[in-house]
Amino acid sequence: RFVGSLGTVIIKCKDLRIIQLDIPGMEECLNIASSIEALSTLDSVTLMYPFFYRPMFEIIEDGWRSFLPDQEFELLSSVTDEWRLSCINKEFSVCPSYPPVVIVPKSIDDEALRKVAMFRHGSRFPVLSYYHKKNGMVMMRSSQPLTGTNGRRCKEDEKLINATLRPGKRGYIIDTRSLNVAQQARAKGGGFEQEAHYPQWRRIHKCIERFNILQESLIKLVEACNDQSHNMDRWLSKLEASNWLTHIKEILTAACLAAQCIDREGASVLVHGTEGTDSTLQVTSLAQIILDPRCRTIRGFESLVVREWLQAGHPFQQRCAQSAYSNSKQKWEAPVFLLFLDCVWQILRQFPCSFEFNEQFLIMLFEHAYASQFGTFLGNNENERFKLKLPQKTMSLWSWVNTSEELSKFQNPLFEANSLVIWPSVAPQSLQLWEGVFLRWNRPSKFLDEAHEEMISIIKYNKELQAKVNALRRQLAEMETDDRMQENL
Amino acid sequence: FRTLFMLQVENVKLLDRYTNRKAANGTLYLTATHLIYVDASAEVRKETWILHHHIATVDKLPLTTAGYPLLIHCKNFHVAHFVIGQERDCHEVYTSLLKLSQPVKPEELYAFSYNPKMSKENREIGWKLIDLKVDYQRMGIPNDYWEITDVNKDYEVCNTYPPEIVVPRAANKAVVIGSSRFRSRGRIPVLSYLYKENNAAICRCSQPLSGFSARCLEDEQMLQAIREANPGSPFMYVVDTRPKLNAMANRAAGKGYENEDNYDNIRFKFIGIENIHVMRNSLQKLLEVCEMKSPSMSDFLTGLENSGWLRHIKAVMDAGVFLAKAVKDEKASVLVHCSDGWDRTAQVCSLASLLLDPFYRTFKGFMVLIEKEWIAMGHKFSHRCGHLYGDPKEVSPVFTQFVECVWQLMQQFPCTFEFNERFLLEIHDHVYSCQFGNFLGTCHKEREDLKIFEKTHSLWPFLLQKKQELRNPLYRGFTAYRELQPNTLPFSFQFWCGMYNRFDKGMHPKQCVLDHLLSCVSQKMKLEDSASELENKLPFLDGPLPSEACSLSKVGSAASKTPMLNTPQDYEGEPPPALSNGASAGDIDVMSDGDQKHKENLPRHQDLRDLNVTIDILDSEAKDGEPQHH
Repeated sequence: RFVGSLGTVIIKCKDLRIIQLDIPGMEECLNIASSIEALSTLDSVTLMYPFFYRPMFEIIEDGWRSFLPDQEFELLSSVTDEWRLSCINKEFSVCPSYPPVVIVPKSIDDEALRKVAMFRHGSRFPVLSYYHKKNGMVMMRSSQPLTGTNGRRCKEDEKLINATLRPGKRGYIIDTRSLNVAQQARAKGGGFEQEAHYPQWRRIHKCIERFNILQESLIKLVEACNDQSHNMDRWLSKLEASNWLTHIKEILTAACLAAQCIDREGASVLVHGTEGTDSTLQVTSLAQIILDPRCRTIRGFESLVVREWLQAGHPFQQRCAQSAYSNSKQKWEAPVFLLFLDCVWQILRQFPCSFEFNEQFLIMLFEHAYASQFGTFLGNNENERFKLKLPQKTMSLWSWVNTSEELSKFQNPLFEANSLVIWPSVAPQSLQLWEGVFLRWNRPSKFLDEAHEEMISIIKYNKELQAKVNALRRQLAEMETDDRMQENL
Repeated sequence: FRTLFMLQVENVKLLDRYTNRKAANGTLYLTATHLIYVDASAEVRKETWILHHHIATVDKLPLTTAGYPLLIHCKNFHVAHFVIGQERDCHEVYTSLLKLSQPVKPEELYAFSYNPKMSKENREIGWKLIDLKVDYQRMGIPNDYWEITDVNKDYEVCNTYPPEIVVPRAANKAVVIGSSRFRSRGRIPVLSYLYKENNAAICRCSQPLSGFSARCLEDEQMLQAIREANPGSPFMYVVDTRPKLNAMANRAAGKGYENEDNYDNIRFKFIGIENIHVMRNSLQKLLEVCEMKSPSMSDFLTGLENSGWLRHIKAVMDAGVFLAKAVKDEKASVLVHCSDGWDRTAQVCSLASLLLDPFYRTFKGFMVLIEKEWIAMGHKFSHRCGHLYGDPKEVSPVFTQFVECVWQLMQQFPCTFEFNERFLLEIHDHVYSCQFGNFLGTCHKEREDLKIFEKTHSLWPFLLQKKQELRNPLYRGFTAYRELQPNTLPFSFQFWCGMYNRFDKGMHPKQCVLDHLLSCVSQKMKLEDSASELENKLPFLDGPLPSEACSLSKVGSAASKTPMLNTPQDYEGEPPPALSNGASAGDIDVMSDGDQKHKENLPRHQDLRDLNVTIDILDSEAKDGEPQHH
């Protein structure tokens, strides 16, 4: 845009910020604009920042090696021996979007897995997502079965998922699509598990939206938040029309349902949608946050993101390419991960003392998923990351986050470890717009930041005081013991 | 219970609003003041108390298989759904409640029978806790321009104003009397707040009886006197808080608004806040939305928008912000009115004061503000809250809107208020409870006639006694923030779940940051005590402690434990398919939490011997206005 010889470049960022640069001189302005344009739309992944970034901090721990499947399996084997690590996908030969090793029932051999893979969309056969120590129930995830219109079945598939059931017990299949959508999928070769072939399973359909519907929702929401109009009705109607909070409610409800089946019904659960790379992961990861206190710690949450999003093959590069200001209709763009983070924020808001991390931690993950100097969120699955040699050529986000200096920014002062299952409310009155992300650049946060500082200082002061009292008590006790010893002498 | 039951009905069910979970079964009692429900089916004895004065409506619903349903809506937004076995019982409860909830004579109000066992002397001290003269002194009044006059001591100028009012010195008695004849109900322009920094004042009155062309010299002189009391500004604002159309319609009835041509150097402005009827209907719609059984997000947001509630809240806030800006930034005095000048005018003036002056954001200051702008200036609490049997069209949530505006400010400025949300809810409860005399009647004269000050108690000392739980732990003290400039873009306004769905505990955060911080504050005092006690026991101790470092690891376990109300009731007892409609969330046991709150509203037979002490402490704090240090 030009006014006289003064050019204006407006930069709309992936973190939703809008920056305006006024540049004197038409030529300079055009040059800057086209440079930014070119640099922000690189074709090749290997030209991106993570490949050139050199860290300024000391690397204490290599984040690429912080969360390995073997460690996870070791934890599991300490409580149950019904599962095994399968290396069937070692060369990414069975399922391109799965990691090299996966956890499957012990009683199912690799040969059977190969057959099951043929029966599932994108070869994403059912694998273990979560083991509920409290009652031994499990959550598995997969993609849709390829039943097609003539109701194909796969004995091995049935055997695999039945292997997770206790004798005489039923399980639940949570299909993240509406019944209608699932039925339509049959025409394209997909489908759902039919009662006749899976008599021990009860299927529940939830309706979590996909792709462009979510992307449009984000675009509308951000547009509404940037609206400077003073018309209240217009704001509320735009907020409603964006459907963002509707999606939040749907996703949370499905996750609560999965968690409820496992914890309250004592049943095992299989979750899938179509590909099993989007809504499926939203449900399985949120259910774990509800059920498993470990996922509410910083380290545990990082591990969850690695397991249930990165290794599970959520296509970050396709989904998080442009963010809300994309003008070209990117077919694969969708704020699936952002919706997940928003849901976590909703739970965090309802249980402010149950999480080791704070809102800033979630915002940081949102930013890095869309644009980062670290290689962690590059590529669409482990296979691509392996080919790009990311662990060798780029720095892991976790190497940086887990330095003590960074960690201190993300710690929640209210945190008190809580081993309980936490059940969020999904009533509309309980769900709010995530201001920290969507209104971040639209209003000053000075007063809220001050409140946060105040809170931290109150808690910190108390802790110091407690430490002082403890020390004094010990001192006194030591002196008394000394006295007594003196007397005894 | 000491009181005799007027009525006792067995086998009454209390339905849970949000689930089909097994209803509670128990006994319903009616006393002279409360409806009490005792749940016999629960393992732990659960009681639900509802004050008769809190009951807004009682409805008999069509017969169900379980019995005769009775739906009670309370003015504090509690909703109780009972099912009674026998039709006769149901009818009896129904008619009794209709009578009990809407007394005909003022003497039947709770305040006249409420007896907290307090000495006469202390009761009187309680009434003297708030002295408006002190507040005017704080503003520097009397001064060269303003005086406190008793011209209204026999209510001859205006029977809905207090005996003492603040007017410009330049306005002599003739001007005051003359102006009063030209203002609706004699409500002449009087001072509401003087901004000491620059002498700009906020004044309030009712609409002028201008019709299409009438003038009044004294009224014009009165406005001139107000303008000249602020020599720093060549003009003053006259703000009519009504929508222009409403104000114009009033001209036909001989009322209306100021003609800019007749008054020297005024800038006239309309701020469209809707009237009491629009507000009443808006709240009704909002409550219907809040009560919807498992609404979708879309239902809720559409309902919220259609209710118009937040639009009205924003309008009130915008008006308050306009006033504060005019005074602070433009250094101009403002005269505010609506029709009678006791609803919208009270909202807007009190909000502007709150924005301009940190004193009003303290416990004491907020009490002063309510006494000054609402009680003394004749906001008709009795009519607006429906204390007595009367015209339902006079009822309107004007004060509720003000309280909500304060809450909205608390959301934007979490460290600027000395009190927390619960303080607002307590006050809101008691505006309707009629347990204390402050909010009875419609104006000062009426309260005198009712002998409120001799026969009832004041609310404020009771609230001060609960100061510890009503304080805001994040408050940074009196001097940390001066004027507030809130953002009034629509997204800055939130739905206040804590008010309108207050008794639906399942919808609220399950862990309360406020509780956590309050316990930190009380723990802090204990720790400081034991630290100094221990230090005294260790007289020889100098220098750093040898084992300080290792003691730090133990700190975590010693930190306060926040009780967590995390029962998985949200999804309990329901087979998963019931959840598949996406609907089950907010259903933590409403009543058990509800009655907790209600017990707090009960007469507290506390001895108020320490009242003097409380008041002294409060006064000294207000004077010092020291910022708090942690």
